[in-house]
Amino acid sequence: MLEGTETVAVRFRGGGFTPLPGRYSAWLAFLIGLAAWQGVCSLGWVSPLFLPSPFRIAVALSQLVISGEIWPHLWASLIRIGGGWLVGTVAGLAIGLAMGLLTLARAVGMPMVSALFPIPKIALLPLLILWLGIGETAKIATIALGVFFPTVIAVYSGVDAVPRNLIRMAQSFEVPTAAIVWKVILPGAMPAILAGFRISAATALLLVVSAEMIGAETGLGAFVLEAGNLMQTDRLLAGVVILSLLGLVIGRAISILERRLLRWR
Amino acid sequence: MELLVQSVSHDFADLAVLRDISFRVAPGEILALVGPSGCGKSTLLAIIGGLLHPQKGRVATIGAPPDGSFNPMTFVFQDFALLPWRSVADNVGFVLEHAPLDASERGNIVADVLRRTGLVEFAHSYPKQLSGGMRQRVGIARALAVRPELLLMDEPFSALDAQTRDLLIEDFVSLMSGNRMGAVYVTHNLEEAARLADRVVVLSRRPARIREIVELPLARESRDALFVAAHQRSLWSLIRDEAAAAAREIADA
Repeated sequence: MLEGTETVAVRFRGGGFTPLPGRYSAWLAFLIGLAAWQGVCSLGWVSPLFLPSPFRIAVALSQLVISGEIWPHLWASLIRIGGGWLVGTVAGLAIGLAMGLLTLARAVGMPMVSALFPIPKIALLPLLILWLGIGETAKIATIALGVFFPTVIAVYSGVDAVPRNLIRMAQSFEVPTAAIVWKVILPGAMPAILAGFRISAATALLLVVSAEMIGAETGLGAFVLEAGNLMQTDRLLAGVVILSLLGLVIGRAISILERRLLRWR
Repeated sequence: MELLVQSVSHDFADLAVLRDISFRVAPGEILALVGPSGCGKSTLLAIIGGLLHPQKGRVATIGAPPDGSFNPMTFVFQDFALLPWRSVADNVGFVLEHAPLDASERGNIVADVLRRTGLVEFAHSYPKQLSGGMRQRVGIARALAVRPELLLMDEPFSALDAQTRDLLIEDFVSLMSGNRMGAVYVTHNLEEAARLADRVVVLSRRPARIREIVELPLARESRDALFVAAHQRSLWSLIRDEAAAAAREIADA
C-alpha cells in the first residue's frame, strides 16, 4: 500500500535535559583537584608553610594516628558532641512536641523560640563558663543550646504538618490520644525531625570546634588552634581533614537512619 | 441501631452552613446525601460521626449496637486517610490495636477483611505502591474490620477514575448485600446515589436545608441502567437550579 510512496521518518527531538547518573565524574574531579594541588606544591610555587601538599598532610595524619596523639582529642570532641547533642535533642523533642500539640505551649513557646533562635550560641559560652565553670559542662551546654533550637523548630513544624485527616481518621476510630501521638503524629513528623537532626548535628560540630578554640586543652578544635599557633600547617590541615571526615560520618549515619525509618516514602 | 438526626443547624463563623436538618436512618438502610457543591454535606457527615459538634440540634442512636462491634459508626474517607508508613495489613490492624483483642484474634480479623476486599496479595504493600482504587479498598477493609453498624462515607469514590469507580461500586454493592450494615453516603454524583441508595436526601444550596427525601423503590442488586438513568435525571431536576445558583455564588465570591 505504501509502495512507491516516499516516507520521511519523524525527526527525534526529545534529547537532552535528562540528567544521566555519572558514577565516576565526582571522584575524577576530586582526584584532579588533589593532583593539581600536589603539583603546585611539588613545583615549589607556594611555600609549604602556608599550603602543605596533600602528601604531607597525609603523612602528618598517619603520624597522628600511629603515635596515638590524635585519639584523646577526637575522643574529647566526640564526648562533647554526643553529650550536647543528646541533651539538646531530648529537650528539643519534648518542647517541640508540646508546642505542636498544645495551644498554650505554642502561644508561650513560639515567640520565645523566635527571639532566642537567632542568638549565636557561641556568644553565650563566656556566660555559661561563669555559671557552670570552665570544665566540660559549659561546652556541653553551649552545644546543647545550639542543638535545642533547630530541633524545636523541626519537631514543631513536623507535628504541625501531619495531615489533619489522619488525626481525624484515628479519632473517628476512637484511637486513644496517647496512641494517636505515638502512632500517627510522631511517625508523620519523622521526616521533618530527621531533617532537623541533619541541621542540629552540623551545628553541634561547628560549636564543638568553636568552644574548644575558646577554652580547652583537648579536643579537635584545641588541636587545630595549637597547630596553627606553632605554624604546623600540615598538622592543622590534618585536623581539618579529621573534622570533615567526622562530618561525613555523621551525615552518613543520619542518611542510614532516614533510609531505615522512612522506607515508606 | 437506628440513627436520628434532629434539627441540626451549624455555622462556621459568619457562614451559615446547615439549617434545621432532620432525618432517620433505619437499620441496614443506605441513605445518600446529595446537594450542590459546597452545600455542607461533608459538614453534616462530620456532625453525624461525632467529629464536629453541632451548634443546634442533636444526633442520636436508637437501640444498642450489635455485639462485637468495635466502632458502630465508621467513616470511609474521600482521601482514604491511610497511614503511609504502614503496610496494608497494618493499616487495617491499626484500628483494632486498642480493641480488647489478642494478637491472633486481631490477625484473624485483618486476614478476613483483606480476603473479603480482595487485598490478600497486597497485605504487605505500602499505600504508595497501590492505585487509588486499591487504596480505597484498604479504606473499606479498615472500616469493615471494626464491624460497623453504619458506614459514614464521604464521597468515597470521587477521587477515582470512572472505570475504577464502577468496579468498586459493584464490589461495594455485593459487600453490602447479605449484611445488615447501613450507610450514610455523601456524594455529588447522582448516578452513584441512584445506584446505591434506598433513600436520597436532597439538600439545597448553602445554608443547606432538606429539599426533598426521595425513595428509590427497587432492590439495589436488581437496578438496571434504565432505572439508574431515570432516577439520576429526576434527582438532577431537583437540584439543577440550586447547583447553578451555587456555582454562580462561588464565581462571584
